[in-house]
Amino acid sequence: MHKLTLAAMQRSLESGEFSSVELCQYLIERTKQHNETLNAFISITEEQALAKAKAADEKRSAGGTLGSLHGLPIAHKDIFCTAGVRTSCGSKMLESFVPPYNATVVEKLDSAGAISLGKTNMDEFAMGSSNENSFFGVVRNPWDTERVPGGSSGGSAAAVGGRLVPACTGTDTGGSIRQPAAFCGITGIKPTYGRVSRYGMIAFASSLDQGGPLAASAEDCAMLLNEMAGFDPRDSTSIDRDSEDYTATLNQPIKGMKIGLPKQYFEAGLDDSIAALLQQAIKELEHLGAEFVDIELRNQHLAVPAYYIVAPAECSSNLARFDGVRYGHRCEDPKDLEDLYKRSRAEGFGREVKRRILVGTYALSAGYYDAFYVKAQKIRSLISQDFSQAFADVDFILGPTTPSPAFKVGEKTSDPVAMYLNDIYTIPANLAGLPGISVPCGDVGGLPVGMQLVGNYFDEARLLNVAHQYQTVTDWHTRIPG
Amino acid sequence: MAVDNKVVEQVAHLARVQISADSVADYATDMSGVLELAAQMDQVDTSSVEPMAHPTHAVQRLRDDVVDEVNQRDAFQAIAPSVENGYYLVPPVIE
Repeated sequence: MHKLTLAAMQRSLESGEFSSVELCQYLIERTKQHNETLNAFISITEEQALAKAKAADEKRSAGGTLGSLHGLPIAHKDIFCTAGVRTSCGSKMLESFVPPYNATVVEKLDSAGAISLGKTNMDEFAMGSSNENSFFGVVRNPWDTERVPGGSSGGSAAAVGGRLVPACTGTDTGGSIRQPAAFCGITGIKPTYGRVSRYGMIAFASSLDQGGPLAASAEDCAMLLNEMAGFDPRDSTSIDRDSEDYTATLNQPIKGMKIGLPKQYFEAGLDDSIAALLQQAIKELEHLGAEFVDIELRNQHLAVPAYYIVAPAECSSNLARFDGVRYGHRCEDPKDLEDLYKRSRAEGFGREVKRRILVGTYALSAGYYDAFYVKAQKIRSLISQDFSQAFADVDFILGPTTPSPAFKVGEKTSDPVAMYLNDIYTIPANLAGLPGISVPCGDVGGLPVGMQLVGNYFDEARLLNVAHQYQTVTDWHTRIPG
Repeated sequence: MAVDNKVVEQVAHLARVQISADSVADYATDMSGVLELAAQMDQVDTSSVEPMAHPTHAVQRLRDDVVDEVNQRDAFQAIAPSVENGYYLVPPVIE
């Protein structure tokens, strides 16, 4: 049952092959069994899930209109607030935080009938590329448990990769959906900035954060995104735009679509075996009728430096809310207010979070603001302009999702900058606010590899269309760890 | 751009986060590494480039001036570390 895609599970529920209770029960047992090794879940909400599954089955047999994800199991990254269910954000700071409200994404998927089986592990406050920064421990890659699943949505990616659940929510600030999707052999899409509501999604870097789905296939991602996307007046940067049916255009032919290959994505630094797999994928897409042209993204190499100023700056500002006063961790016996702030934050935050708060505070402080923060925002403009120029000629941009397959646990923890370079291909889309998808396109020594497609603003439907067409002629997305 | 221990201590104070004495030097090394990475931005002349604060250049949306939130003080205070009579408690700030 766990090998089925979300779409296949839906067909089986409709035909009565199995019930939602049977499906959820089976997956919860499977999750419990594998979670000891993978550590993909921080919380498993068995009781609530089974009660909802029972209600879903009853509603189905009673007849009437059902939501598009009725009775289907999913899991939420532990960054999305869930009313009455602990939402830790992978941090000691929120170890016992039980939100009094639901994130819009949670609310929407709930009303579409999806059943959450629990909350998935993540790098603390979504800061990391390996899921080694979680207060709740390292997540393991289901393809090789000595390796990382990627991050920050590492729990979600490992859960889908290991087929504990068919689909999960995630968030992507610098690659946190696409990079772990690539490492775990699954599909993940970061929509255009503003397409998915950030309300109730714990903020890291507000001008970059964007929620999206991770699932086995592009079709499953489309099903989830259909419900996740949409205008939300409670998110001040949500974009007011008609909703689309992303599943409706999946089967359109892609003949004549023009795909750009940025010279800078295929230069030194990219693993040779990944480059070879991308060439293979390009051939497959050519067979489907896509045309390829070489393009330039001249300021690509400045994306990581700019990101590691912009993101920490926004993080230092956002995380100021964790003060030990209103919610979250509070130190014992504070001697005065300053001691309360300083020790609560010292005890509640992990090392990488503190590192970014310090860098961000520094970059925003008097005397350094222009040299670092404003400079980074200017670089951001240049990167965005590069994309605009490219999209004047091409429909999509293709490249690798990551420079290498999943690395070993502990391999990069001692050098933050080496870790940051993992996101070299994913960060530019966040800086520009563009949608990007990672699709499995092969393996290197048994480790999955992802291909990334970046689209123009609000081109999610076409991105999913191309990804789906690719998946109709390849089977990388159907492979699961042995 | 090298950051020394003193800078780490100043910034940690601004950010209201305590850094233990034995880890200040490690943070100085880490911060120096990140700022060195950031210094690569100086390769490009950006004197005529406008800074970009928002990916889609959206403007702040205004809503109608009507009450649309209900009072949830009890729910919010139920998760606070320390409250009394509807107030959040902190150590005394006036001697």
